[in-house]
Amino acid sequence: MAMTLSQKILAAHAGLDAVVPGQLITAKLDLVLGNDITSPVAVKEIEAHGGGKVFDKSKVALVMDHFVPNKDIKSAEQCKCCRNFAREQGIENFFDVGEMGIEHALLPEKGLVGAGDLVIGADSHTCTYGALGAFSTGVGSTDMAYGMLTGTAWFKVPSAIKVALTGKPAAHVSGKDVILHLIGRIGVSGALYKSLEFVGDGVKYMTMDDRLTICNMAIEAGAKNGVFACDDVTLAYLKEHCSKTPAIFTADPDAEYEREVVIDLSALKPTVSFPHLPENTHTVDEIGDIEIDQVVIGSCTNGRISDLRAAAAVLKGRRVRKGVRTIVIPATQSIYLQALEEGLIRTFIEAGAVVSTPTCGPCLGGYMGILARGEKCVATTNRNFVGRMGAEDSEIYLASPYVAACSAVLGKIGVL
Amino acid sequence: MKGKVHKYKDNVNTDEIIPARYLNDSSPAALAAHCMEDIDKAFVGKVKKGDMIVAEKNFGCGSSREHAPIAIKASGISCVIACDFARIFFRNSINIGLPILECPEAAKDAENGDELEVDLEAGKIENLTKGKVYFVPPFPPEVRAIIDRGGLLE
Repeated sequence: MAMTLSQKILAAHAGLDAVVPGQLITAKLDLVLGNDITSPVAVKEIEAHGGGKVFDKSKVALVMDHFVPNKDIKSAEQCKCCRNFAREQGIENFFDVGEMGIEHALLPEKGLVGAGDLVIGADSHTCTYGALGAFSTGVGSTDMAYGMLTGTAWFKVPSAIKVALTGKPAAHVSGKDVILHLIGRIGVSGALYKSLEFVGDGVKYMTMDDRLTICNMAIEAGAKNGVFACDDVTLAYLKEHCSKTPAIFTADPDAEYEREVVIDLSALKPTVSFPHLPENTHTVDEIGDIEIDQVVIGSCTNGRISDLRAAAAVLKGRRVRKGVRTIVIPATQSIYLQALEEGLIRTFIEAGAVVSTPTCGPCLGGYMGILARGEKCVATTNRNFVGRMGAEDSEIYLASPYVAACSAVLGKIGVL
Repeated sequence: MKGKVHKYKDNVNTDEIIPARYLNDSSPAALAAHCMEDIDKAFVGKVKKGDMIVAEKNFGCGSSREHAPIAIKASGISCVIACDFARIFFRNSINIGLPILECPEAAKDAENGDELEVDLEAGKIENLTKGKVYFVPPFPPEVRAIIDRGGLLE
């Protein structure tokens, strides 16, 4: 039977010639990921069930990124738990302060995910690595524990939605606008239990950073995974970062999809998701005057070098509006350093923004930019749920780095 | 199992079930103390052992935090019923042995305070307040095996 790209990767890792939607399979994993919030739960689960060794010390990645550098004693204890576990187990890919970055920016950069890989991570945005032609999905801590011990996980084979990208996007339309537009069209449960497979002649205009952003937010449409087939853009990125030989899978021409969504990239405009769901999208030209208190540029969605360049291009020679706290967070140490070398950090500071060490911090209301009651924030992050960044009646507007930087200058949501 | 309904609408997310500001402590008791805090401040004070959470579409969307089903289970909730669930929450609940049922009819009919009786073996949900009975298809054998042994690692 004809298979989608996602189904082919799953079949190959389950040792099967073919799989069908709804089938339950056990598949071999190429990488198991956890962070400082989810890993301690997995470690405790392993300890409570008699301990054991991880299946492969090179195929587990633990990234301390959520509340790191630690914001309080309890967070420090959680990192200590991970640190001890990594030491006892000899885990090779343990990333602590000084080496860490936001996990979904860090792993591709470190070459830990290759095309055709099967990856699970105890973090919902693990779906990011579909940008590299991998099947990658978020799970919880118990799945992570089981995966670390056995190198396997159970999966229900998903059906898929085909997302055809056509045309060439205008300037200032980025991967963030593409995924926000898609979520606005299909809704936050529009792809529940399904794969989102991105195809079409518009794919070539999507840079690797665009694709990482798009796949990162597949979960915000409820998807199990998002994936782009491996092409020249992927191969060029992998050549630079990853020593593994890419395993290139392609969907069968007659593969069945539950539905097809066509997105004309040339018709897209910068898009903003209003509180309190990512599906509440509006294009930037139809927004009235919404004054803001804070801007956050960063996260696993939009903390990469191209995101910082887009923001810096706006802020160069300008000042953020007085009263708009503007927080820029490079996603990894290497991105931070590159931004420094390119002069972007100077631009941010001269514009009146602050620059933080890599952390997930404000995105999930951890620290480093919590909102007070009634405050409004434009964020390049991925969720605008009630209370996500602070007080329950604070408001988060999701947007691209370009829109976020323009909004910081204007003091209200918009573009220059 | 039998209990009173705590009813919620569509798209209840895991940030509402257990806000990230409490994720610096993963002990079930600490999490239960803040369960549903950002959607229903009264929940912790009124929930009784055996009660059930009933919601409509896409319950448990958002973050992969297993802290969410852990908080719900530790607060005394015996079963969660919804029209459908976000997939990571669904997996996590099964993996930690929190009973979870997809039944759109039962979920839509139920109101706050209704008394429900659930027979997991028979796949039967009875709304004792409304005098209505609903049936749900059984889990696949592989998933049933995880539930039967009380969790994935058991």
